[in-house]
Amino acid sequence: MNLDQCKKGHKVKILGIGNTDIRAQAIRFGICEGEIINCAEVVPAGPVVVRKNNQEIAIGRRLARQITVELIG
Amino acid sequence: MHCHESGVKINIPPDSRKIVLAGNPNVGKSVFFNALTGLYVDVSNYPGTTLEISHGRYGSDVIIDTPGVYGISSFNDEERIARDIILDADVVVNIVDAVHLERDLFLTQQIIDTGVPVVVALNMLDEAEKQGRRIDTDLLADLLGVPVIPTVAVKQMGMDELKEKICCARPGNIDPALHSKLHELHDRVANQGEALLILEGDPVVAERHGIAPGTEREEIYLSRRARVNDIVGHVVSEGSKGSGLGTMLGRMMIQPVTGIPLLALCLYLMYKFIGVFIAGDIVGFTEETLMQGKYEPFIRSVVSRYFSEDSVLGTILIGEFGVLTMTVTYILGLLLPLVFGFYLVLSAFEDSGYLPRIAALTDRALSGIGLNGRAVIPLILGFGCVTLATIVTRVLGSERERRIAVFLLALAIPCSAQLAVIAGLITSLNGSLIALYVMSVLTVLIVAGTLLNRFLPGESTDLLIDLPPLRLPRVENVLKKTITKSYHFVMEATPLFAGGALLIGILQVTGLLQVLQRLLAPVTVGWLGMPKESATIFIMGFVRRDFGAAGLYNLGLNDFQTVIGLVTITLFVPCIASTLIIFKERSKREGFIMWSGVLFLAFLIGGLLNQVYRATGSVYGVIIGLAAVLVITVLLSKFPVRKQKLTSEGINYGR
Ligand SMILES: Nc1nc2c(ncn2[C@@H]2O[C@H](COP(=O)(O)OP(=O)(O)OP(=O)(O)O)[C@@H](O)[C@H]2O)c(=O)[nH]1
Ligand SMILES: [Mg+2]
Repeated sequence: MNLDQCKKGHKVKILGIGNTDIRAQAIRFGICEGEIINCAEVVPAGPVVVRKNNQEIAIGRRLARQITVELIG
Repeated sequence: MHCHESGVKINIPPDSRKIVLAGNPNVGKSVFFNALTGLYVDVSNYPGTTLEISHGRYGSDVIIDTPGVYGISSFNDEERIARDIILDADVVVNIVDAVHLERDLFLTQQIIDTGVPVVVALNMLDEAEKQGRRIDTDLLADLLGVPVIPTVAVKQMGMDELKEKICCARPGNIDPALHSKLHELHDRVANQGEALLILEGDPVVAERHGIAPGTEREEIYLSRRARVNDIVGHVVSEGSKGSGLGTMLGRMMIQPVTGIPLLALCLYLMYKFIGVFIAGDIVGFTEETLMQGKYEPFIRSVVSRYFSEDSVLGTILIGEFGVLTMTVTYILGLLLPLVFGFYLVLSAFEDSGYLPRIAALTDRALSGIGLNGRAVIPLILGFGCVTLATIVTRVLGSERERRIAVFLLALAIPCSAQLAVIAGLITSLNGSLIALYVMSVLTVLIVAGTLLNRFLPGESTDLLIDLPPLRLPRVENVLKKTITKSYHFVMEATPLFAGGALLIGILQVTGLLQVLQRLLAPVTVGWLGMPKESATIFIMGFVRRDFGAAGLYNLGLNDFQTVIGLVTITLFVPCIASTLIIFKERSKREGFIMWSGVLFLAFLIGGLLNQVYRATGSVYGVIIGLAAVLVITVLLSKFPVRKQKLTSEGINYGR
């Protein structure tokens, strides 16, 4: 599934990020493929807020759609 | 802000070292800069505060503050600026946020990989401690191979030790595999930092050396990430204390159900404070009692001892638009208290960490006008000063977004000084007219944005912003920032106001003003339905819009004419300072197109309102008309935009 389909409270593993530039930027943030992140908040039709360690990042809906994840809890 | 040049040329004496403060956004670099140099640059709690390079003396060396970046590369304008400064540094003081160590050390390692001497300031230890997070600084220093100094910048903790250790900065540990790759390039690219960026595929640096950019960016990034995660695993021991209340409030700010009422509440309180308390009570005192009651009679009596009030010089100095009467009263009595109030509120907002959350909340709405949530930051700052906000658009991810944001700022965002005058005029109107004014400007903003989004080529980028922790605004910082900005306002506005007043005064005594008023009558009287004297306010508006708006006071307009005047002058061309910045940030050509487009639209819309009012004969007729335009725009934008979204996969970054 894609990150935009996640619900609040989901814990997911990142499988792939569609766009090369975004992938590079995400590596700098520490969200690379294989990492486990928490879905902290989902704004209806808006951004998805993910949380990793102590950091929260808001990801636009269209971008979230390009991130494939696997639900792990 | 206005004193720093964005062009990266800094005059540095040949024997002094360039000490560059570098780090991720919002980690406290500017607090360090202020502490080390004794200067003041903006400090606030959102990523992307510093966009201009500031420098200050430190002993015989020079300290340079840079925009925060997550890595050295070229993903947007601020990164390009920071990249060159960091590559050119003699010493890098890398500020690292202890709470976000795993994120920040990526940049640290990348800086170390450039081979420059580094010293790390491990900042925000107070917040890390609050979360029960412990970091082994000695081990961190060993693993990185550079000195690490624990600090809490806002409490000046560790500052002295940092000063001592700047001279101990040294090149750190580099991954052996990467090191040998860099070594291979050494013959062709002497600077190790530039060699690194070429390996990482940076197109600009590669072109400078005439070498094809490398293709291994992702491999290098991934192995650096792995190395950093490993270091973090060794030095951090995690506690489990979360800051409950802050986190909860932060979440509420993002969710529309709670976030919109919260935002509305904040706006209401802001209105109560600025619109009622300052605009009413304070300005009542400063403008009427102080300036008009005490200062103006005084200056009139002094000047009229030498010149009669009806003489040419008398008119220019102390007449209706007198340089010594009107200018001084407007700036000190009316505008300064309001501008101060605005900056006070904005600074508190900036310090709290609310802005990035508003960005998340409004992301969806802004996508309709071709922007992502991040653009809300320059748009909100525009209510302080449009000039500054135009510079802040650098944080946006593509040229397309910058173009849209700069245009909307120039067209439909009134700055604090202008709002101040507007607030004074609008309170005398009844509710439906106030609604008409607000709706007109809002409609223009939405329709212009929607059309630009529809017709500008290219595609806008998506939101990707980190949400800093919510913090109580620091009184000291809020005051310092407010005072600095208010001071800049007075320094910038006074000569322009005085010049404008002088110009009007001269036009008046030479009779040219009457000629101009007659020439412009078809527009002012025929199209806008205002008295022909209103030409004066538009001439004043070319200098500054607030100056023009202030002129509305003396025209004896009826209520509807006041609204037309307000709408037109709100949309009118940006002030001279803003115009210059637009020319610089965009290009002369684009700036000119925007400027004349704004001028045309201001008169077009002001006039349309008047014509519709005449045709329908009621304010409600105009309001319904505006609502219809809004609905049609939103509906029309739905279809094509959705189609575009389905087919688009790529996200274009920059040029
Ligand atoms: N609690 C705490 N807050 C800090 C500390 N250092 C800085 N801050 C706060 O962190 C925020 C960011 O500070 P800035 O100096 O503007 O950060 P910057 O790195 O210059 O940010 P950009 O210019 O956006 O890259 C402000 O709200 C500061 O008050 C610290 O040691 N402890
Ligand atoms: Mg800064």
